[in-house]
Amino acid sequence: MSFLIGENMTGGYGGADILHSCTIAVEKGEIAVIVGPNGAGKSTAMKAMFGMLGLREGQVRLGETDITTLSPQDRVKAGMGFVPQTSNVFVTMSVQENLEMGAYIRTDDFSDTMAQVFDLFPILKEKRKQPAGELSGGQRQQVAVGRALMTQPSVLMLDEPTAGVSPIVMDELFDRILDVAATGIAVMMVEQNARQALAIADRGYVLVQGRNRFTDTGEALLANPEVRASFLGG
Amino acid sequence: MDFLNALVMFANFVFLPGLAYGAQLALGALGITLVFGILRFSNFSHGDLMAFGTMITILVTWWLIGAGITLGPLPTALLALPIGIVGAILMSLAIDRLVFRFYRRQKSASIVLVMASVGVMFILNGIVRLIIGPNDQRFADGERFLITVREFREWTGLAEGLAIRLPVAITVVVAVVVVIALFWFLNYSRTGKAMRAYSDNEDLALLSGINPDKVVRVTWIIAAALATIAGVLYGLDKSFRPFTYFQLLLPMFAAAIVGGIGQPIGAIAGGFVVAFSEVTLTYAYRRVLEYMGFQPEGLVQLLSTEYKFAISFVILVIVLLIRPTGIFRGRVL
Repeated sequence: MSFLIGENMTGGYGGADILHSCTIAVEKGEIAVIVGPNGAGKSTAMKAMFGMLGLREGQVRLGETDITTLSPQDRVKAGMGFVPQTSNVFVTMSVQENLEMGAYIRTDDFSDTMAQVFDLFPILKEKRKQPAGELSGGQRQQVAVGRALMTQPSVLMLDEPTAGVSPIVMDELFDRILDVAATGIAVMMVEQNARQALAIADRGYVLVQGRNRFTDTGEALLANPEVRASFLGG
Repeated sequence: MDFLNALVMFANFVFLPGLAYGAQLALGALGITLVFGILRFSNFSHGDLMAFGTMITILVTWWLIGAGITLGPLPTALLALPIGIVGAILMSLAIDRLVFRFYRRQKSASIVLVMASVGVMFILNGIVRLIIGPNDQRFADGERFLITVREFREWTGLAEGLAIRLPVAITVVVAVVVVIALFWFLNYSRTGKAMRAYSDNEDLALLSGINPDKVVRVTWIIAAALATIAGVLYGLDKSFRPFTYFQLLLPMFAAAIVGGIGQPIGAIAGGFVVAFSEVTLTYAYRRVLEYMGFQPEGLVQLLSTEYKFAISFVILVIVLLIRPTGIFRGRVL
C-alpha cells in the first residue's frame, strides 16, 4: 500500500467530471510524475489529492488515514506541502519572511528547518533579505519549494515547478527535487517537460482525458515506444 | 532679518499647520490603506468611524472633566482616548460581523462591499448626529500653547512670531509614536507579517495556515484605533463636527491613493502631500512676500480656502491619470 494514494478519483469543478476513476500514488522517498497532453487533468488530479476539488467517487489516503474530506489547510497540518504553479511566493515579502510564513502553523522553533532549506538552496540564504518578487523565475521557484518545506511535510506536491524557467535552471531544480526526495519525503509533481521529468521519476503516470493511460517506472515509460510516439515527440 | 521674518511667518502659517494636518490625514489614510490591502475594498465609512470614535472620546472627556479629573496642562481628551478607541473597535467589529462578513463569505465583487460601506457610512453618520448633534464641539482643555507668539518674539527679537500650539505638538508626537509602533508590528510581529502575507497573496496565505478571520479582526482593530486617534487629534487641533469628518474622507482617500493604496508608507507620504498642497495653495502670501522685498498688489492667494477639497480632488485625478499605482507602487483601484 502506498504512502499517499488517490484511488479511483472521479470528479470535477461542478458540471462534467474531469477525472474518471483516476489513481495516483507515491511512496516515501520517491518521485512520482504526472504527465500527459494539455487538458488531460494532470493539475486537476493533483489538486484533487490536495483537497482543492471535491471528489464524487474514490478516496485519498495519507499513510493509514482517509483524508478525502479534509480541507487543503487541514491537509497541510496533516503533513502535505503544496507548491502552486503560479503566485506561489509572497512577492512583497523577503525570502526569509516567505519561509517564516511557510512555517506559520508551527509553534516550535523552526530555525533548524530554515537552515536545512538554506542548505538545499544556498542562493536563498544569500538573498534572504530581498523581496521574493525581485528574484529570477528559478529563484522564485526555490523560494516556493522552500516555503512548502518549512512545515516539514511528509509529502511535497509540485504543480509544474519548471514552468517558464530556462533548461539549465530546470536541470538544477530537478536536482534539488531529487535531494528533497532523498530526505525521505514523497514527491509528486505535474510536469510539462515530460522527458526530463520522467528521467528522474521513480513512478510515472500518463493521463489522457482524466484517465490513467500508462503507469510504470519513469525509465520504462521513457523506453515504451507507444508513450514515446504519442507523448514524448518520438 | 526680513528673510528670517518671512521664514518664521511661513513656518507659523503654512509649515506647522500643514505638518499637523498631514499627520492627521496620514493616520486616517493608514486605516483606509490597511482595510483596502486586507479586505480588498475602499471603505467609505472610514470618515464616520473616525467621527464615532471621536464622539465617544468627547463624551468621556466631558464626563471626566465633570468628575473633576483632568490631565493638567495636557488635554483631558488624551485620557479619554483609549475608551474612544475601544468604542470604535467594538463598533467596527460589530459592523464587520453584521455587514461586511456576509459579503466576504459570498465572495462579492469589491464594488458591492464599497456600496455596503456607503450604507454603513450613512448609518454611522446618523448615529453620531443623533447622539452628539450636528454642531461644532470644542473639547480641548489644558494649555493652548507650547510656545506663544509673544514668547517667541521676546526670545528671538523678530517682528514675526512662531506659535507652537499644544494640539499641533501633541499631533506630531502621537503620530510619530503610532506610526513607529504600527511599522514595528507589521514588519516584525508574527500577526503583522501574516497580515502582510494575506494582503500580498490571499490564496497562498490560506495555504500557509494563516487564519483569515483573525487577520480581518486585527485589521479592523488597527483601522478603528488609527481612525479614532486621527479624529481626536484633528478635533483637538480644530474642532469636532460630524460633517467635517465625513468630508475628510476625500483628502484621506487622496492621500492613500497618492502614496499607493495598500502601502502603509505611501499613506503617510500621501497624507503630507495632500496636506501641504492644501495649505500652500490656499495661503495668502502677501506679507511673506513683503518681507522678501516684493510689493504684491493682491493677497497672493492661489486659491480661496473654500476650494481646499478641490485640491484633493485634482490631486486624485492627476495621480489616477498619470501614475495610478501612486508614489510607492500600490495596487490599482
